[in-house]
Amino acid sequence: MNVIEFDRVTIEIGGQVVLENASFAIEPGEFIGVLGPNGAGKTTLMRAILGLLRPSTGTIRVFGRTPQRGDADIGYVPQVRTVMPGLRVRGFDFVASSIRGDRWGLPTLGRADRRTIDETLTAVGARDLADRALSDMSGGERQRLLLAQALLGEPRLLLLDEPLISLDQRHQESIIELVGRFVHNRNITVLFSAHELNQLIGALDRVLYLGNGHAALGTVSEVVTAPVLSKLYGADIDVVHADGHIFVLSRGRDLERSGDMHDHPAHDRARHA
Amino acid sequence: MIILLMIVHAMLEYDFMRNAFAASGVAAVVSGLVGYFLVLRGQTFAGHALGHIGFAGATGAILIGVPPVWGLVGLTVAAGVGMGMMGERVSDRDVAIGVVLALSLGLGLLFLHYYTSFAAQATSLLFGNVLAVDRPTIAVLAGLALITVAALSAIMRPLIFASLQPELAEAKGVPLRFVSTAFLAIVALAVSESAQIVGILLVFSLMVGPPATAQLLVGGLWSGIALSIGFALAEAWVGIAIAYYTDWPVSFCIALLSALAYFVSRGWAPHRSPNAQVQAPREPV
Repeated sequence: MNVIEFDRVTIEIGGQVVLENASFAIEPGEFIGVLGPNGAGKTTLMRAILGLLRPSTGTIRVFGRTPQRGDADIGYVPQVRTVMPGLRVRGFDFVASSIRGDRWGLPTLGRADRRTIDETLTAVGARDLADRALSDMSGGERQRLLLAQALLGEPRLLLLDEPLISLDQRHQESIIELVGRFVHNRNITVLFSAHELNQLIGALDRVLYLGNGHAALGTVSEVVTAPVLSKLYGADIDVVHADGHIFVLSRGRDLERSGDMHDHPAHDRARHA
Repeated sequence: MIILLMIVHAMLEYDFMRNAFAASGVAAVVSGLVGYFLVLRGQTFAGHALGHIGFAGATGAILIGVPPVWGLVGLTVAAGVGMGMMGERVSDRDVAIGVVLALSLGLGLLFLHYYTSFAAQATSLLFGNVLAVDRPTIAVLAGLALITVAALSAIMRPLIFASLQPELAEAKGVPLRFVSTAFLAIVALAVSESAQIVGILLVFSLMVGPPATAQLLVGGLWSGIALSIGFALAEAWVGIAIAYYTDWPVSFCIALLSALAYFVSRGWAPHRSPNAQVQAPREPV
């Protein structure tokens, strides 16, 4: 059975079409890189899978059911910018806040809860963060903590929204390595959104490219090609393989003007190189 | 130790001093507790504004012959609910809150204008008058405190989750809007209580100073709450004692202690200063 199924899904936000008539299916245990320029709908896609957004037409199925808020089978790491870096709360309490966080009453923890938190922190190599304040942590350490929390309760699907943003390369690699390990050891399905394809190439099974309301799912060699991406973006795109890296470049002027390609680092870097 | 006991004993000889210690004790516990979450959520400005809005409520109540505390409670709670309904878009909301805050102070002035003997009332509303608290007022404070603590306990778990990680909480099914609205109503109650002790203008000295100090010193949730309550209680009681022996206004003494504790703690933990880290912009989602 597929973990995620999109069947002719159209999603609109405030009258704006973010995803149009998209159909794809993701199988268990797949590491999917979700790519595309800013504003292409990577976050929207995850929010739809979480049941926070309803498609205007078409159907979404997650584990064969309509997405519902609070699905315990889904672990989620939202974009890091929303975690307040000034927060003087220690790592343990931060992670613990998500345990039964939707219930009313006092935030009491049982012995089993503490053990689960401990084990999960250890599994992501964040044991030493339990007693440190969030405000004293680096971006990479905070990201590790978020990952630990997403893994609590043994989810079968992980949605990671730009977990590499604002991390240096060493930390980026260690996060990718960590997620890759969980995918294989626990047979978890992962949707990992990122700006940059090259870092993920070694880890991912397939890519889901988003752009201009369209989605293309396939292996890197199937999707990251000039014809597919040109069609996706509705513009003239070149894909250049060099030195084991893949560069996605645009020649069309109209792409520049449309604005939504501006923040695509792969594209930017290639242009400045 | 014996000298300390004698000092305390001497102060407690008087009925008004016993009342002052009881009333400020109740308000300090509530302020330290609720204030911890206010600081955690970065909503101190909302707490400040609620105090000012309460000024209009209290003076309006005086004008129509109702005890000011009910005007204070009524209008602050209504305003707290109103702010909660406005949602999470902080930047827009703060401007709107600021405008309402100014209007409330203006309204308070208007109500006082029609109330002839206003000077003493205005001063005690704005700066507090804990030495004039009587037993019925303590009973009201205690009742409000019970409601506040009970309500906060009921929403504490989702409140912490929603404060630390709003997106994740939303995804896990926490009703963010409801939790934030209920919390601001609870803050309004706490502000009303705190205002009875230190006055509307100095509500921060009990509701923000102690929790901010506690969060500088410890990172644990429960230890932070306990320390916040401890600081609020100590600052309120020591403040009253200093006022008793120096004849300075109580609210000044409490505000001074609150500021001292905060800045000393900041100096103590410089590497933990929030400014040491680059703050990511908090944009509306």
